[in-house]
Amino acid sequence: MTISTPPAADAIAEEPARRGLLRYAVAKVGGALLSIAMVIVATFFAFRLLPGDPVRALAQGRNMTPEQLDLERRRLGLDKSLLEQFVQFVNQTVHFDLGTSYEYKRPVLDLIGERIGATLLLTGTALVMAVSLGIWQGARAGWKPGSRFDKFSTGVSLVLWSVPTFWLGLLLLMVFAAGIGPIPGIFPTRGIESVDAPDGFGYVLDVAKHMVLPCLTMVAVVYAQYLLVMRSSVLDEVGQDYVTTARAKGLKDDEIRRRHAVPNALLPTVTLVFMRIGFVVGGAVTVEAIFSWPGLGQLFYEAIRVPDFTLMQGTFLLITVSVILMNTLADVIYHVLDPRVRSA
Amino acid sequence: MSITWTRRRLAFGRFWASFRTQRAGVIGLAILLLAVLLAVIAPLFIDAGVTNVVSGTGEKLSPPSWDDPLGTDESGRSVLLMIWWGSRTSLLIGFLAALLSMVIGTVLGIAAGHFRGWIGAIVMRITDWFLVLPSLVTALVLAAILGGSTVTIIAAIGVTSWPSTARLIRAQTLAVEARPYIERSQALGGGHWHITTRHVLPNVAPLLLASTTLEVASAIVTESTLAFLGVSANKTSWGTMLRGSYDWGAATSGAWWYILVPGLCIVIVVMAFTLCGRALENVLNPRLRKAV
Repeated sequence: MTISTPPAADAIAEEPARRGLLRYAVAKVGGALLSIAMVIVATFFAFRLLPGDPVRALAQGRNMTPEQLDLERRRLGLDKSLLEQFVQFVNQTVHFDLGTSYEYKRPVLDLIGERIGATLLLTGTALVMAVSLGIWQGARAGWKPGSRFDKFSTGVSLVLWSVPTFWLGLLLLMVFAAGIGPIPGIFPTRGIESVDAPDGFGYVLDVAKHMVLPCLTMVAVVYAQYLLVMRSSVLDEVGQDYVTTARAKGLKDDEIRRRHAVPNALLPTVTLVFMRIGFVVGGAVTVEAIFSWPGLGQLFYEAIRVPDFTLMQGTFLLITVSVILMNTLADVIYHVLDPRVRSA
Repeated sequence: MSITWTRRRLAFGRFWASFRTQRAGVIGLAILLLAVLLAVIAPLFIDAGVTNVVSGTGEKLSPPSWDDPLGTDESGRSVLLMIWWGSRTSLLIGFLAALLSMVIGTVLGIAAGHFRGWIGAIVMRITDWFLVLPSLVTALVLAAILGGSTVTIIAAIGVTSWPSTARLIRAQTLAVEARPYIERSQALGGGHWHITTRHVLPNVAPLLLASTTLEVASAIVTESTLAFLGVSANKTSWGTMLRGSYDWGAATSGAWWYILVPGLCIVIVVMAFTLCGRALENVLNPRLRKAV
């Protein structure tokens, strides 16, 4: 590496960098498409070849004659050869036809469409709160490792990490919704709205009140992880030369943290947040099941309880594909924003 | 032979000396040894009869008393005896699922690190694919399809949780194989099997121990979540007890002991494993040791 690079060389170097980025994005998107294809194939075989016979499972608890079972098998296309079934399944899936739910007797895609709003509302709110709280607390803890605040934060996140999501939900339900001893229940136990919910602003308040407990549960469980990630990436920055330089310039400690260390530590953290979105999805399923929040997670949970295999398959495909897409997006954006990764 | 054994004993002595300085880790280890001991000796005192719905002797959902120190559940069964018996299922699934995940992760991780080129690339591709899949959702689907016996729950957890182990082991394998003595071993005619089992495996084993300990903790949480969400068959575990408490409205009827006790058991055991695993990591991971 020469010390003085003529300006012209810089301009030439810029061009391959951009092309490299494009190539990177194309490779990542290609990888994502491959992953999605693998999900579709794996889903098909998981739901066909594993020991559970869908028709037998559907007939659970119902009296069905062998003729009825045969009819059902034909209706579901299970009498065709495996290859034919596979081609049909792939063809339907890529055309967004996820089949018809056995339980609801309606297209799976319609059911998902009805439920997705509630999930986005709950998960989005919880995610924003968890990310901001986790980043704020993690940055403070990592800046002064070993301090009382750091020990407290690490302790809290360790406890929350060990607490199963659903148990925390049950506790909150018991204390704040049902009320215990002298404490009256102040929040609703289930659902997204009251039966007698008023219109307009009153309705918004009503939904917000229903959202408090599910949201709190989700935040508590996911934020611990963000805290630890942010803490360790701030910890990486503390010893860096530029921090020493900033200190030598006479900047206040607080200012160095806010203006130099945190922005640098933020990028890997935010990327990790999106990389681990699958974890949040798992939490959403549990939380929605406990609080009967009418979202996608609850739909999936109901499908498992019945069990309604078409619905399960459809929601599973949707959840997995969205997680893969989110991951790819985070990966590419990280690459665009952080020149350090690009050169590596 | 005796030289190796002396060397191993010395190494273990050094390891134990530095593990002992990790106070939280020692506490965690003590708790989990106690939990395992209790689970193992349970059949000497009680049997599966304590989980039988018709054999409950107490009042239904009665609060803690002298007869039933931790209260009773919806069928009058003692919560204390239930969690004692249930700990066997919870711990067994936790250990075996972690073991399964560790075996898959180690084999694929070493394979990906040792065989570079297309084999390694394919293994990594599969690992990355499993890594993105939302593990709880996938485990739920697998358990629902396979039916919720203990074996299928173990399989569902093991199959969805190995990718992070595989990545860790692969990175470690690459580091080990960069050392000159591997080249020496190759020059002396050591094959793939010899190098991976005699040189790589012993070198990654310590880290593996730490990551397995942490894995047991998360497997116990996953098991309880799967059981709570209803995919587990009716074998008593801490998760199925919490399922029962939810089904019978313990939260709304103020039966706090029914919710609190099994949950606290999970939290304490999981925390013990986590503390222990983190202490092991601190002792065994040279990178962390330098940082502290």
